[in-house]
Amino acid sequence: MIPAAFEYVRAGSVDEAIAALAEHGDEAKLLAGGHSLLPLMKLRLAFPSVLIDVGRVRELDFVREDGDQIVVGALTRHSELARNDLVRQEAPLLARAASLIGDPQVRHRGTIGGSLAHGDPASDLPAVVLALGATLVAQGPDGRREIAADDMFQGFLETALDEDEMLTEIRLPRAAGRGWSYQKFTRRSQDWAIVAVAAVTGGGGAPSVTLVNMGTRPMRATETESALASGSSPADAAALAADGTEPPADLVASSDYRRHLATVLTRRALEEAASR
Amino acid sequence: MNVSLSVNGEPRTDEVEPRLLLVQYLRDVLDLKATNIGCDTTSCGACTVLLDGESVKSCTVLAVQADGFDVVTVEGLRAGAGEMHPMQQAFNDHHGLQCGFCTPGMVMAAIGLVRESSDLDEDAVRHGLEGNLCRCTGYQNIVAAVLDAARRPGVTETAP
Amino acid sequence: MSLLGERVKRTEDRKFLTTGGTYVDDLPLEGAVWVTYLRSTVAHARIDSIDVTAALTAPGVVDVVTGDDVDLPPLPPDFGLYNDKMIRPWLASTGGKVRYVGEPIVAILSETRAQGVDASELIVVDYDPLPAVVGVENAAKNESLLFEDAATNLAFEMKGDAEPGDPALFEGCDVVVRQRTVNQRVAPAPLETRAAAVRWEGAHLTCWASTQAPHGVRDGFAKQYDLEPENIRVISPDVGGGFGAKISAYPEELLLPWLARRVDRPARWTETRTESMLNLGHGRGQLQEVELGGTRDGKFLAYRLTVDQDCGAYCKVGGLMVFSTRMMATGVYEIPKAQYACRSWVTNTTPTVAYRGAGRPEAAAAIERAVDLFAAEIGMDPAEVRALNFIAPFDQPHTTVMGTVYDTGDYAGALRMVLEKADYEGLRNEQQQRRTSGDPVALGIGLAVYVEVTGGAGAGEWAGVSVGDDGKVTVRTGTSPHGQGHETAWAQIAASKLGVAMSDITVEHGDTDIIPMGGGTMGSRSLQHGGAAVAKVCDMILEKAAGGSVHGLSADASVSASGPTFPFGAHVAVVEVDTETGMVKLRQLIAVDDAGKIVNPTLADGQVHGGVAQGVAQALLEEFSYDADGNPLTSTLADYAFVTAAELPSVERHMMETPTPNNELGAKGIGESGTIGSTPAVQNAVVDALSHLGIRHVDIPTTPERVWRTIQEAGR
Repeated sequence: MIPAAFEYVRAGSVDEAIAALAEHGDEAKLLAGGHSLLPLMKLRLAFPSVLIDVGRVRELDFVREDGDQIVVGALTRHSELARNDLVRQEAPLLARAASLIGDPQVRHRGTIGGSLAHGDPASDLPAVVLALGATLVAQGPDGRREIAADDMFQGFLETALDEDEMLTEIRLPRAAGRGWSYQKFTRRSQDWAIVAVAAVTGGGGAPSVTLVNMGTRPMRATETESALASGSSPADAAALAADGTEPPADLVASSDYRRHLATVLTRRALEEAASR
Repeated sequence: MNVSLSVNGEPRTDEVEPRLLLVQYLRDVLDLKATNIGCDTTSCGACTVLLDGESVKSCTVLAVQADGFDVVTVEGLRAGAGEMHPMQQAFNDHHGLQCGFCTPGMVMAAIGLVRESSDLDEDAVRHGLEGNLCRCTGYQNIVAAVLDAARRPGVTETAP
Repeated sequence: MSLLGERVKRTEDRKFLTTGGTYVDDLPLEGAVWVTYLRSTVAHARIDSIDVTAALTAPGVVDVVTGDDVDLPPLPPDFGLYNDKMIRPWLASTGGKVRYVGEPIVAILSETRAQGVDASELIVVDYDPLPAVVGVENAAKNESLLFEDAATNLAFEMKGDAEPGDPALFEGCDVVVRQRTVNQRVAPAPLETRAAAVRWEGAHLTCWASTQAPHGVRDGFAKQYDLEPENIRVISPDVGGGFGAKISAYPEELLLPWLARRVDRPARWTETRTESMLNLGHGRGQLQEVELGGTRDGKFLAYRLTVDQDCGAYCKVGGLMVFSTRMMATGVYEIPKAQYACRSWVTNTTPTVAYRGAGRPEAAAAIERAVDLFAAEIGMDPAEVRALNFIAPFDQPHTTVMGTVYDTGDYAGALRMVLEKADYEGLRNEQQQRRTSGDPVALGIGLAVYVEVTGGAGAGEWAGVSVGDDGKVTVRTGTSPHGQGHETAWAQIAASKLGVAMSDITVEHGDTDIIPMGGGTMGSRSLQHGGAAVAKVCDMILEKAAGGSVHGLSADASVSASGPTFPFGAHVAVVEVDTETGMVKLRQLIAVDDAGKIVNPTLADGQVHGGVAQGVAQALLEEFSYDADGNPLTSTLADYAFVTAAELPSVERHMMETPTPNNELGAKGIGESGTIGSTPAVQNAVVDALSHLGIRHVDIPTTPERVWRTIQEAGR
């Protein structure tokens, strides 16, 4: 319940945050909404010696248009993503998934940047940004770089971010008019997904189907995507959703059951996406 | 570390350890004991307060993160003289509490909910309160209280 | 003017809603040390060494105590019926054992809570692991023993003339159904965890505890510290739920006075939720074998229930729930022959205790499952089978084949009412339509008709009533409410008797200095014993007043009831099962409950809603699980599927009132009824949803994967 002691640094800007990361090295973690990090610290499963609070970096709390993309600041909260008109119009999959994260109180604090940087394959947003073909923007001592969502999630809680980098933006292609669906299977409404499927189809882009909690990182249902691209029916394509995956076995589900769920949820996702 | 914030309309400045949770700050430093701690995994919502008008679980916010913000706890709800806030009154009207331990957090979460949504129906209230656990009431009367309170004047305000 | 039967709003509420209740952790206690318990991370091990040197010198640490330091005799089992070699240490000693993950092994006393937690991380414990025993089937092998001196893991056994497995009982039966069924371990999880604080003043001990029974706790301390009851004061301030798990003191609380005396300071302790999930006693934990035999046209002839109860690592009251299971085994049915046998086993898990229903939900779940299995076997509607076998309506004592004397009941009436309110025929039509159209979402309709025993715990209660010269009334009660609304209900009773306004009545409870004796609140006893005592004592005052003013008069008495009472009811659950995923959604729960005369229908509703939520939770969601090494898998509220508002529909609640002659109020208990009826109704509904696939049984909780696998297996 009580975290181990740590030093606390408040960053007022991205530059201050980068400088603080550089100063404290791997002893430090960034604190945004705190709803991935603080629960671990309270159980003493994580004990960074330094927390750099970026919660006040207002410049990263925004949603705006930029040509054929919409750009979401890393410190935009889940509750804002769920209700923001621009997100609901141009990336409705993101709005929907954000509205299902945890519970209302969690959504008032959790941020998209925090969630993506944490890199938990059971979280909703990593698979969603993967499905949306997002480009993530990071800032570090050497400046700004872009990371394709496909390159971002490298392993369990492992992302492409260097220790001295901070996620600043999520850039999404405008997707108004494309079919989409988020199928999240949980025991209780506020639970983590046992399995979830994000799908974006139609509207002049390649079909994109991604999976939550089917491996050590969010992943594409590659066989399903290929099948759709070569004209398979949704049902036939969905049957391949679990191919190539190694889903975990835990208290709530076995690997086999997860494989089965992936196919059912993928079929439902494709059907719902096609109906839009 | 120094924190300055407003709690129930009163400005406060205190020296705190960075690891002090907001709920512990409220209970142990400010002696506002109504907000309770019911778990250690951000699950139960007994610690729910309003932070700049939004419901948050104060066990998963550091006091230092709340610097410069407005916190409202159940002790800070005001109505007319001698009256309870419409949400509190609705809980009493509908027998929405038994042992009372989840109640302060539940009331604040409910106020947070009605502030953000109009047109609440039973399903929306049940989902809107999914972050708050209660073992005594089975939720039914709480849901009835919130649906009723949602239509009462002044329910989205914390003070008149 | 009588307020009995009125929906009076709770007088308790204002405080809880505005300034909050005052729970033990809220209390100031000057000069107190905080106690932190370091707990075992291994389920079964010998302790080779405990190194506390670094902790002793950590900032703010006042003392660190291990089992080697505690000079109190170790704790025998909580009841004499158990194997007396199953001794419990206070804390871990060098060369001693730990027997469950979470068991307290070291006590750290510190100035602040945080310092205690910090210091606990500096303690090094050398465990020598032993094979863990998880589950009663493993315990019964007696391969790894928790207590070498006991030479067995069997803590208690009762079989009378029952012969488990012997077919002789079922001679003459056309049909016999048999099923192994699990009534799984659950965590009571009240929102307030345990907390206690103690202070010595010379030889006098004051203790604040989050308890359902302050007098029982007082007696526990008295015995432990060889004190006269008048030298102990126990106060339960507001208590954030108990559900049976906070009836008696636990070792962590019982040790506090010893720790306080050692450092000559008051001592206090509040556990975290994870500690509570691992140490507040668990509920249920029965492995059952049900056997029901009868005629092909639906008459029951014989029933046998065999129970293996999980005690957990140490013998608290959980191992004796088997008594109330036995008492209520045959439920609402007339069954000519019945047998019951049970064994209670220790395992390397959290000790079990009473939990809402305490042995009766287990009995109801067993027989209601058996009845549905029987109905399926003979191809009869489950409502019809039940109706053929009820004990006929009675208002005189009725003795069942188990020897239990029920007071009054009308089981056929309850079933008729619930079927009508639920539109049973309409539901069956809807089910059939879905089956015909091949809808992958199946509808299931489940029934449970239950009877249960209340007021068995403590056959009477103390009450005191005094009327001031100004006419203001003080009621003192030996019950110990923790959410049940006694302040309101007892005031209703006194107001009705004495003709005084509710606003002129104060109700006191929970302080052994103010209340000389009391049975506390548990087992749904309070209204029929405590409320009836208040009524009786008011009558004594009216007698003294002899028609004149009651001002200035007082009376008190210990009032006995003539026996326990037997509330009953019938529940219908309607579920939707997504056969593609196994997901179960509870669409409706229609509940008819009869608890005799109801003093406050609003309070009764609240008890049924809360009980139903816990009962539904056991059917669909909650289970406290361990792996094979005794590591708990559901030790936080994030992992344990505690039911939320989003999983439940609103209960459609209907009341019947069949009074009891056993107390002057005509009241039976209602606190546990909701839990007892709803679990089997929901379980039966899930099975019913899948009956067209040939499925006859699904264990609880009916998790999606369990349901899905059952469907897969049926398809082979």
